[in-house]
This record gives sequence, C-alpha cells and structure tokens, in this order.
Amino acid sequence: MIKLNAKWASYPYIIWMILFTILPLLLVVYFAFTDGNGAFTLDNVKQSALYIPTLANSVYLAAIATVICLVLAYPFAFIMSRLTFSKQKMMSMLVMLPMWMNFLLRTYAWQAILEDNGVINTMLTAIGLPAAKLINTSGAVVLGMVYNYIPFMILPLYSIMTKIDKSVLEASSDLGAGFFATFRRVVLPLSLPGIISGVTMVFVPAVSTFVISGMLGGSGNYLIGDLIEVQFLGNSYDLNAGSATSLMLMVVVLITMAIFNRFETEDSEEALV
Amino acid sequence: MTQKKNKVLSGVYVALLMLFLYLPILVLIVFSFNSSKGYSWTGFSLKWYIDLFSNELILNSLKNTLIVALFASVFATLIGALAAIGVFSMQNKFAKNAIQNVTNLPLLMPEIVMGISMMLLFAFLNMSGFVPLIIAHISFCVPSVFLSVLPKLRQINKNMYEAALDLGCNPFQAFYKVVLPEIMPGVITGFLMAITYSLDDFVVSYFTAGNVQTLSITIYSMVKKRVSPEINALSTIMFVIVLLVLLVTNIRSIQKENAKQKKMMKL
Repeated sequence: MIKLNAKWASYPYIIWMILFTILPLLLVVYFAFTDGNGAFTLDNVKQSALYIPTLANSVYLAAIATVICLVLAYPFAFIMSRLTFSKQKMMSMLVMLPMWMNFLLRTYAWQAILEDNGVINTMLTAIGLPAAKLINTSGAVVLGMVYNYIPFMILPLYSIMTKIDKSVLEASSDLGAGFFATFRRVVLPLSLPGIISGVTMVFVPAVSTFVISGMLGGSGNYLIGDLIEVQFLGNSYDLNAGSATSLMLMVVVLITMAIFNRFETEDSEEALV
Repeated sequence: MTQKKNKVLSGVYVALLMLFLYLPILVLIVFSFNSSKGYSWTGFSLKWYIDLFSNELILNSLKNTLIVALFASVFATLIGALAAIGVFSMQNKFAKNAIQNVTNLPLLMPEIVMGISMMLLFAFLNMSGFVPLIIAHISFCVPSVFLSVLPKLRQINKNMYEAALDLGCNPFQAFYKVVLPEIMPGVITGFLMAITYSLDDFVVSYFTAGNVQTLSITIYSMVKKRVSPEINALSTIMFVIVLLVLLVTNIRSIQKENAKQKKMMKL
C-alpha cells in the first residue's frame, strides 16, 4: 500500500458526521429524557412502554416477511449464481430494475391490485366469484414488505454464492453426499455471511416502515413506524414522546443486529479452525 | 434425466419470481392507458399523460428533486472522496476504527430514525427550506462515496507512486498523476450511488423537507388519495427512463467485456 500524508482531508467528513449524524442521534436521546421545558423526566420512556404491543406486532410482521424473503430468495440466488456470465448480468439487472422505480409507486401498484375494486377483485367478479378482502389486512402488509425488500435479500445471497466454486459442489457429491447433505454441509455454511447481511437488510427497513403499513394495512395494522410518524408530523405531535418511541425502536434494531453479528463471528472462527 | 427436470423446475421458479417482481409494474403500465379511472378496462386513452404534463405541482416537484440531488451528490462526492484519502493516510488504528463505525451508522439505522433525528436538529437550529434538506441528503449519501473510494486507494500499486516520486514529481504531482486516475472509477461509482439515493429518497425527505415539495413527497400525497391514474402515467414514464438508462449502460459494459476478450484472443 502507498503512503500518503493527507490526514487533513478527512476533517470535513469527521466534522460533518459529528454535526449531522451523531449530534442528531444524541438529540433523540436528549428529547426522550426531557419534557417540553427541557427538564429531566422518565415519563416519555415510561409512556413508550404502552407501545410495546405495537412494537411487538412490527417485529412479528417484519420477521415473517424476512423469513419469506429468505425462503424465496435462497433458491433463486443459487440458480442465478450457476448461470453463464452474460445471463448472470442480465438477471441481476432484472432484479435491480424494479428497485430503481420509486418505492411509493411500487407499493401503490399493490394497492391497485389488492383494492376492494382493484385488479384481482375485478377479475374475480368478472368470472362470477365472490370478491375477497385483500387490502387492509396484515397479509397485505407482509406482501408489501416481501415485494419491496426481496431484492435486498437476493443480491447479497447471489454475490456470496458466485464465490462457491463448482468443483466444491462436485467434490461433495463425488464423496457421496446427496442433495440435502451437500446443501446443509457445504452451501449453507459458505453462504452464511450472505444470509446475515440479507436478513439485516430486509428486517431493519421492514420493522421500521410506515409507508407500507399505511398504504396496505389500513387502520388495523398500526406499526411502530406509523406511531413515530404521527408523533413527529401527525395529530399526536409530541417530539419528546416520539423521541422515546424512536429510541425504543433503535434499541430493538441494535439488539437484533448484535445477535446476528455474533452468529457471524462465531461461525467464521469455527471455519478458521 | 433428473438434470433436465431440475433445469425445467428452476426455469419455472425463476419465471414465477420474476412475474411477482414485475406484475405490479405491468398493472401500472397497462392501466395508465385506460380511459376510465377504475381497474376495469374501458378503452385506450392518453388522457392521464396529458393531465400529468399540465400538472404544475408535479413539474415543480421534479425540479426541486433534481436541484436537491445535484447539490447533495456533488458535495457528498467531494466530502466522501477527501475523507477516504484522509482516512487512508491515518496511522492511528483507533481513529480509523471509530470513523469506520460512524460511517456504518447511517447505513444500519432505520431510515425513519435518521429522518426524525435530523428533524430535531433542524428544529433546534431553526432552519428550514432547501438547505436542511440538502444537508440531510448529503449525510446519507456521504458514507457510500467514502466506502466506494477507500478500496480503490488500497489497490494502488506502490511502485507506480514511488516511481513518480523518484522521477521528480512532488507529492502533489504524484497524487494528481497516479493516485487520482486510479481512484476515479470509485469516485464516479460513489457519485452515481449518491445521485440515485437522493433521487429515490422518501423517508428522510419526508421529515426534513418542511415546505419544499420533492417528487417523492408529492407522490406520497397523491397516493394517499388512492385512485389517481396520473400516477400510473408517471410510473410508466419513470420505468421507461430507468429501463433505457440500464439498457444503455449494460450494453456498453457487455461491449467492453467483449472487446477485452477479443484483445486477449489476439495476444
């Protein structure tokens, strides 16, 4: 590696990150523990305990969506990683293309499909079947999460699986391992880092969403993101209470990620042995 | 025999998942040409496209989005690329690690938390208008520029840089002639990522935009009213633009790859 003498070049960045990333997060903590006059209080934090069921519901729906994404994306990524180079390029372009379209518009499209007089129900009634209740259900929210975030699961899985050499799989089957044994003992351990980054990249946005639940979930599927939204910009405007709720969300996300990262380090140590 | 069966099965699976990914987009495109508002086909019409282009609000939001994306990506690229060079020059492991961790923060935090934390800061500083929105966008764009430039610095050939110094370059000239061209691809990737993130952002903008209307914010207010076919027209136009951009860049990269292979063949 070359040696440069330009430490000063990082100073604008350091100042920027302190001012506009760390300081705002500290402000969240400050607001969470003070009242409207700036006096210290635990009321907001105590009050946010009331919202634990909402948080639990968000974690529950996001976890279901993450598992579905993993189950759907895993075989897809594996198939993709075994294609020829030009086909792989085309497939990754096809996976990314919908992501480039504004995600509000994509969610709106599902609204149009699932609505009471939307595409599916228009078709059902046209062939004489009764209309189904699709929109404003928790199923619709999970569908929205899976649809919007599945590329974030496919891409890291795919990029780690391209590194699994064909000869490793052949060796495994030559040594007598069947399909499932090869999967469990070769493919799965080698793709674990991809699983971990895919799971975090799907779970974090899913658990904190307010757009998907607002557009597809109706009033019955109120998630923690919706709550934060109305506390900061909506009709229950209260910056202090909202900060406490956000703090709670932040803690949950950090704990989840810490658990997952432990998985990763433990496993890589094992692999070294 | 089983291999053939496997191939068919995996082909079907890929096709089904692709259908799932493209079905909503297809629905939007088809119904953007529908002559009535609902979701039963009543005939072909370009009505919604004409309405869209006389919609002052949408055109104005598009302008605001472009202004924010341009400023945010240029500043993010400058700050991020400089930061990569600076951190690369650092010897102190502790400082390097600390910066690495802070860089990961915006990438790992839920967007909504980034949004509300910025909102609190700007309320605290009593700022409103374009400046806080651009600051917020720079903040979530900078880390990706930083992370795309840093590996390029690590890859630079030590001998090249030393040769430049030995041949009489001062460190500034050596930087300009050796280092800069080597990190340029990373800088460009970072810039493109920044511009995409900025154009696409909704959550952070929603909390920090105040009264500035960006395209995402306008779309959100339209979407809340449910059926408004102008949005279908807008989505179709955006999809076609993205498709064209991706096709052109992909064809170029495939052509480059082919040219490379031809060269190799000649050698």
